[in-house]
Amino acid sequence: MEKVLLVDDEKEFLEIMAERMGARDMDVTTTTSPKEALKKAQEESYDAVILDLMMPEMDGLETLKKLKKKNPDLQVILLTGHATVQKGVEAMKLGATDLLEKPADLKILTEKIKKAHTRKMILVQKKVEEKIRHILAEKGW
Amino acid sequence: MKGSIMNRQLDGETETGLQFFGKMTASISHEIKNVMAIINESAGLLEDYSLMAEKGMPINPERLKVVSNRVTNQIRRADSIAKNLNSLSHSVDEFQKSVGIRETLELAMGLTGRFADMRSVVLDFQPPPDFPNVITSPFHLLNLIWRVLDFAMDASGPEKKVGLTFEADPTSVKIRFTGIEALTNLPETVFPTEKEASLLGMLSATIHHDAKKGEINLVLPKDDRQQATAESHLERSR
Repeated sequence: MEKVLLVDDEKEFLEIMAERMGARDMDVTTTTSPKEALKKAQEESYDAVILDLMMPEMDGLETLKKLKKKNPDLQVILLTGHATVQKGVEAMKLGATDLLEKPADLKILTEKIKKAHTRKMILVQKKVEEKIRHILAEKGW
Repeated sequence: MKGSIMNRQLDGETETGLQFFGKMTASISHEIKNVMAIINESAGLLEDYSLMAEKGMPINPERLKVVSNRVTNQIRRADSIAKNLNSLSHSVDEFQKSVGIRETLELAMGLTGRFADMRSVVLDFQPPPDFPNVITSPFHLLNLIWRVLDFAMDASGPEKKVGLTFEADPTSVKIRFTGIEALTNLPETVFPTEKEASLLGMLSATIHHDAKKGEINLVLPKDDRQQATAESHLERSR
């Protein structure tokens, strides 16, 4: 089961998405506040964060920057009304996993979440391997 | 490329006007996309329900009603957005016409709402019971109101609330923007800038600061043609 954090200032959009994604066996947490999203992402481990690009309180790119600063391995998929090439490039440079335009196809979004989940698992595995290698080298076993 | 627009520089007024038009339509299209996303997901949810029903799972009719209401609300929202877009588009039909102040401010509020939401600012329009008209350029008036609101939202106090009202006398209409608390700390040279000054000149309007009250008053002549004529007489008599 993928654990997803969905951040969008459109409350109704969040409600429907949570219901639809939940029916697809995803564990979905929602918030309309980017600040709350940062807090949640620090408290919990998510397989993917779906983030709206334009929100009150904090710009989506700013939120992305802060999320990645706190957890560089976090998989963030941007979902936006209008993706300009410039914003898309900027988002990718900041470490976004993907960018989708609204209205998005849930099938495509689900695929991207599953890919993000796999990527996260690989990163976790790599880190564990590195840690083991480091311990082995340090202890000289 | 000889003689093409690329080789010519846009004059300041055209540039300001185009930028305003672009900013508003981009915001509107973004909002329409949000509406479409909700309707799209609602349709998807209905599809999910029908698949569940096909598998023999009972569907609570209340859930269907929720989806139906959601779609109806979004259609209403889209209708209001489309009306604002239509009014904005028609504001360039004529550059001198009788314009309702209340209607213009309502349109400005509708166009600015999303920008206010983005900045977590509340716009509070308190219209008096009268319906004054001014003869002016509706597009340039909208542009000027937007520019004042844009500044007011950035300069609003900790309450983050910008008030808007108006009052009329026989010759002019005063539009009052309140809640601009940062005015006390800003020199008057910060606002209006050259861009607003150009629009003020075009509309024969004036802007007055009341830093103590955190207010900006935009004063428009009821007929900017008369004002322009009076000014040209004054100019000639000098």
